[in-house]
Amino acid sequence: MKYLDEYRDPETVKKLTAAIKTITTQSWNIMEVCGGQTHSIIKYGIDQLLPDTINLIHGPGCPVCVTPLAYIDKALAIAVQPKVIFCSFGDMLRVPGSHHDLLSLKAQGADIRIVYSPLDAMKLARQHPDKHVVFFGVGFETTAPTTALAAHQAKQLDLNNFSLLICHVRVPPVMQALLNSPGNQVQGFLGAGHVCSIMGYHEYLPLSAQHKIPIVITGFEPVDILHGLYLCIKQLEEKRYQVENEYSRVVKEQGNQPAQQLMRQVFDVVDRSWRGLGEIAASGLALTDEYEQWNAEQRFAVTTINTQEPAACRSGDVLQGLIKPAQCPEFGNSCTPEHPLGATMVSSEGACAAYYRYRRYQHD
Amino acid sequence: MTDLELNCPLPLQYDQIVMAHGGGGRLMQQLLDSIIQPVFSNPILNQKHDSAVLNINGSRLAFTTDSYVVKPLFFSGGDIGKLAVCGTLNDLAMSGALPLYISCALIIEEGFAIKDLQRIIQSMQQAAQQAGVLIVTGDTKVVEHGSRDGVYINTAGIGIIDGNINVSPANIQAGDSIIINSDLARHGIAVMLEREGLNFESSIKSDCANLSGLVQLLIQAGIDIHCMRDLTRGGLASCLIELATASRHHFEIDETALPIHQDVNSACEILGFDPLYIANEGCFALFVPEAQTEQTLAAIREHPLGQQACLIGKVKTAHPKGLVTLQTAMGISRVLDLLSGEQLPRIC
Repeated sequence: MKYLDEYRDPETVKKLTAAIKTITTQSWNIMEVCGGQTHSIIKYGIDQLLPDTINLIHGPGCPVCVTPLAYIDKALAIAVQPKVIFCSFGDMLRVPGSHHDLLSLKAQGADIRIVYSPLDAMKLARQHPDKHVVFFGVGFETTAPTTALAAHQAKQLDLNNFSLLICHVRVPPVMQALLNSPGNQVQGFLGAGHVCSIMGYHEYLPLSAQHKIPIVITGFEPVDILHGLYLCIKQLEEKRYQVENEYSRVVKEQGNQPAQQLMRQVFDVVDRSWRGLGEIAASGLALTDEYEQWNAEQRFAVTTINTQEPAACRSGDVLQGLIKPAQCPEFGNSCTPEHPLGATMVSSEGACAAYYRYRRYQHD
Repeated sequence: MTDLELNCPLPLQYDQIVMAHGGGGRLMQQLLDSIIQPVFSNPILNQKHDSAVLNINGSRLAFTTDSYVVKPLFFSGGDIGKLAVCGTLNDLAMSGALPLYISCALIIEEGFAIKDLQRIIQSMQQAAQQAGVLIVTGDTKVVEHGSRDGVYINTAGIGIIDGNINVSPANIQAGDSIIINSDLARHGIAVMLEREGLNFESSIKSDCANLSGLVQLLIQAGIDIHCMRDLTRGGLASCLIELATASRHHFEIDETALPIHQDVNSACEILGFDPLYIANEGCFALFVPEAQTEQTLAAIREHPLGQQACLIGKVKTAHPKGLVTLQTAMGISRVLDLLSGEQLPRIC
């Protein structure tokens, strides 16, 4: 398949692996920010191809994993309301709230539907004028523009039976927070390619300069990830700290400007809690006052739900790179994909789920 | 301690059925193993074949049943009627049986269009006729409007097993070759694209087909089939894991040998699905002695449903729990594990 096969080519993988071995003279801790990259690394066994001195830290870039429990509880509270069609991306359905997940509410009769785009949810709203359709808008700057477009169109159409439960988050503030954390171990980043396809990478220039840390915007295929690692290690070895773009076939410095403009129009930047990481300043997006009418939190009066995270789940430590998933005592014991304690075990992009699925036998 | 509030959200022990219990993954296995199997337990059921093998007055009969629920009812490459006949014929064929008779039980939703029902019935008759089996008994129930799915079909089937044939996971041996007859994941993707109204430029057709003719051809060619399994719900990976667990062997699969149509691969990439876990309805894996590999491949390729037959892996050694590993193009070996339930589309 064009644009995929060449980035999974075993020969190129071998060459890059050899090149990484050649340039690496000491140990380095490198974080891949995005959960899609984590999934690829574990699925293709990329970490097994690297020198032992390269330690990959799996970052907080899985939207399912970082959506706080309070928002799952809000979603559950809205989804059980009469005459509500609750629409979500598929992998949010299995994330446990305080007492249920969306899958079990669906089994009890709640009208919960998997959609591929918020625009599909809007279509449902037009088809069912007697129902109220809510879309659960989660994810990073990658999914935020389509939610923004839905809000924009809903306003234009004056669509009254549609609203959005928004928990979108931004990548640069969480990278900043990780770097500011006293226990930080990250020495280089593989930046999240798809987020940058929307936002560009100019946001990362001050971050890299301020913290003297290489940030290599990287794609998701094995060749991309190894190439990103190569560029990152090369910078570290040469004591350079720059933003580089490995994913230039998709990412441009200024990103997708119309998408950014739409996001600015629809969203305010707000402080947001992250599952496992706590509140991070300016890390979230919320509807502006102009779009208040389409804010499901207001419409269903769930703003006061504020749930604490369970103590046993150490996803926060996993997301900060302080432990590997298998080092958590609950991993594979009380916490499995069938019965996840925390969201990192739910999504296929979550580090714990990826380790469980592809590496479980190593711990049997 | 009265004010102690436990807010740990899990473990969620489901106290009602969720969709994932029917997804062919770990939750379904748990449901079978904890709720159903222990209560019905008997030596025939406990063999966990696709069909029960019954010894009656010196004859060996294969007996199986399956229920069919699919949305949409009509899809590219088939419909629920064809599926209901072929699926049951395939379950019989996988035990080495020659299918003879099947039943047809319909559960129809009030309001369902008679012309659609006619189409489904015609399709069933056509599939049965092509396979040389008769639909000899049936039942019809109508349920109140509101189930949203239109019609459910249950079929049961019986077939006869030739005296010498013994196909079972217990016969899988170290050294066996693992062969499949066609490319993977077409049925699941074809149905999904239609159900979700996703418009792709190419039309991916379900592989829904009756495999009993092909299996009979292999038997007549003298292939010593150790085991067979059709790769339905849960796809290639789940079926292999079940067989590895049942036979307590380690299977090693070569990723580069797996035939997947480019359009199917593209759809999987876009939707974030792994084609190895997507359902097939005309594809099966068979385990044969290594020495018969070429002969088997040649025999399968003679049949229209076996044009793309290929060797996908080997049975390595005995393994206490059973294990399936995938040898990737990059030279890494990784384990294939059962999913919890159905694959859920990823966010991004």
